[in-house]
Amino acid sequence: MAETKTYREALREAMVHELDNDESVVLMGEDIGVYGGTHLITDGLIDQYGPKRIIDTPISEAGFTGAAVGMAMLGMKPVVEMMTWNFSFIAADQIIQNAAKVRYFSGGQVEVPLVIRGPNGGGVQLSAQHTHSLENMYAHFPGLKVVSPVTPNDVKGLMITAIRDPNPVIFLEAGALYGTKGEVEEGDNAVPFGKARVAREGSDVTLVAYGRQVNLCLRVADTLEEEDGVSAEVIDLRSIRPFDEDALVESVKKTHRAIAVQEQWRWFGVASEVAAIIQDRAFDYLDAPVERVSGAEVPAPYARNLELAAFPSAQQVANAARRVLYMEEK
Amino acid sequence: MSAENDHPENGSEETRAEGAVATDTDRLVDLYREMALIRAFEEACQRGFRQGKIGGYLHVYIGQEAVATGFLQAFKEGDRVITAYRDHAHALLLGSDPKNVMAELYGRGTGIVKGKGGSMHLFDVEKGLMGGYGIVGGHIPLGVGFAYAQRYGESDNITQLYLGDGAMSTGAFHEAANLSGLWGKDGMNPCLFIVENNQYGMGTSVERTTAMTDLGAKFDAYGMENEKVDGMDLEAVIECAERVVEQVRETGRPYAVEALTYRTAPHGAADFFEKYRTKEEVEEWRQRDPIGLLEKKLLEGGALDEDKLDEIKGETKERINEAVKFADESEQPPIEELYTDVYAGEDEYLGEA
Repeated sequence: MAETKTYREALREAMVHELDNDESVVLMGEDIGVYGGTHLITDGLIDQYGPKRIIDTPISEAGFTGAAVGMAMLGMKPVVEMMTWNFSFIAADQIIQNAAKVRYFSGGQVEVPLVIRGPNGGGVQLSAQHTHSLENMYAHFPGLKVVSPVTPNDVKGLMITAIRDPNPVIFLEAGALYGTKGEVEEGDNAVPFGKARVAREGSDVTLVAYGRQVNLCLRVADTLEEEDGVSAEVIDLRSIRPFDEDALVESVKKTHRAIAVQEQWRWFGVASEVAAIIQDRAFDYLDAPVERVSGAEVPAPYARNLELAAFPSAQQVANAARRVLYMEEK
Repeated sequence: MSAENDHPENGSEETRAEGAVATDTDRLVDLYREMALIRAFEEACQRGFRQGKIGGYLHVYIGQEAVATGFLQAFKEGDRVITAYRDHAHALLLGSDPKNVMAELYGRGTGIVKGKGGSMHLFDVEKGLMGGYGIVGGHIPLGVGFAYAQRYGESDNITQLYLGDGAMSTGAFHEAANLSGLWGKDGMNPCLFIVENNQYGMGTSVERTTAMTDLGAKFDAYGMENEKVDGMDLEAVIECAERVVEQVRETGRPYAVEALTYRTAPHGAADFFEKYRTKEEVEEWRQRDPIGLLEKKLLEGGALDEDKLDEIKGETKERINEAVKFADESEQPPIEELYTDVYAGEDEYLGEA
């Protein structure tokens, strides 16, 4: 059974499912209760579950994120909303120095079943301080898990898995896509971590992405098919750490070419990791160098035209595909 | 310290303390023994560090013993304790075996956290110790979270959250104290903030780090009752601890105590001692050394005599020597331990070995 729902509704459904399922689950964050949440993900939940489980916090990311780490260490399962991931820099010490490492430096005496969630990435003219894609930053730290779902079904299924996971999970939502719709399975549709999804099957080139850029790649795949007669496969990583190396390698063994697309900056990003994994495990299968399509190396600008130019475009991705196929660019 | 060490001696009734609380003499003698053991442990750590047996940083509790010793008198099973990196005393007082604590400092597999944390990260979750933490102020929000979880679980347990004067200039402190005060309004934060004000954050005095040097009063801003206690006077600390812990347990509201104390040892193992404080100042505080004060009182009252003192010192020395020997003879952690405890669950290690 599946129904068409928005990304927002699917996300909320996952949290409600686990709130009902497990008394130790609580939600906390700025304006998530009475106000209903900046993105209305949690609207009305405070009436249903009360203020001890739906906790409105002050503007205090370090404080409440750290408190959530403490709650998790004593067996609660807090789901912390970062109003946007841009504010997580304030809480980075808590996330990196405490949540990610305390299990290790306690010699395995504690677990931190914590989820931190919120919108990641840009696309809605929020400019420099409110536009970041932080997947590589958080995925860099052993002890954290990082996921970045793009479909409504995956946002629900990965959130259910995240809440049940005994480790701290960085849950990066595609903030620009809260209103987008898709089929969502009813009930418990837990999606495992570390499993990529073939968003579209193809045979000539592999487009690798996650989050919002998956949709871009799907549009490009249509264009390539219509205009160039090229069959592009689109891999949606879904999970950044753990990373599904096998799915990536399998696809490249079939297509012999890969383009890694990311909204974040090129240097030291996830796309570089994708390229490294492919050269490591599928070097002999490659018919062209792996290309990376990334955001411009600038703080995110405000003006619409500049912002569009700062993120990967369909044309850039399509031309990268044409290059690795030794076709003429358009 | 461990229960096996708690064998009360026969103290004489007439030496019962004349404080606001009747702390009986047997108990004081026991606590004297505990503080002496902590002191001897720390001195052995300093030697081990200089011998190159202990790596990393080393922060000892010398001079501050009465604070944790007194407050942990009010600890009951199920309570939680969290502190920063000056954490050896807290572990020993909660009953962790000095052997495993010393082995941790020596980087051994028999260490209390399997040789993975060292001096700054002692944990003994079963006994209530939720850790020592290395980033000044960074542990404070965790303690506030523990207290919320304790009330969420409807227990009457509390969290003893230790912090230094230096931590009170961090954002994490202010954010966490605000949350604690706020949640406490609904009885959801039985957290006792214990400020171990040893007068210096590393080498910078309180006067040189904050315009408002009344650290206890800073908690007023967060709606938290607070008081000061003479952290060199064990009996004063116990009196305060038992009273305020009771209140926190009862109300679910946080409370703050500023314990005025002094680190007579250097900050870390490498410390330019004389640059930031005078010999006279250190000497003045040494006159009020918590162990010295208690020893004097117990000697004067007749609860201790020189023979008894020698006996305690002998026992202490023996236990510490055993701990050092155990640490020295223990094996380093097996190399496989490198990759364990990164993640909980079946997929324990998500990297490449």
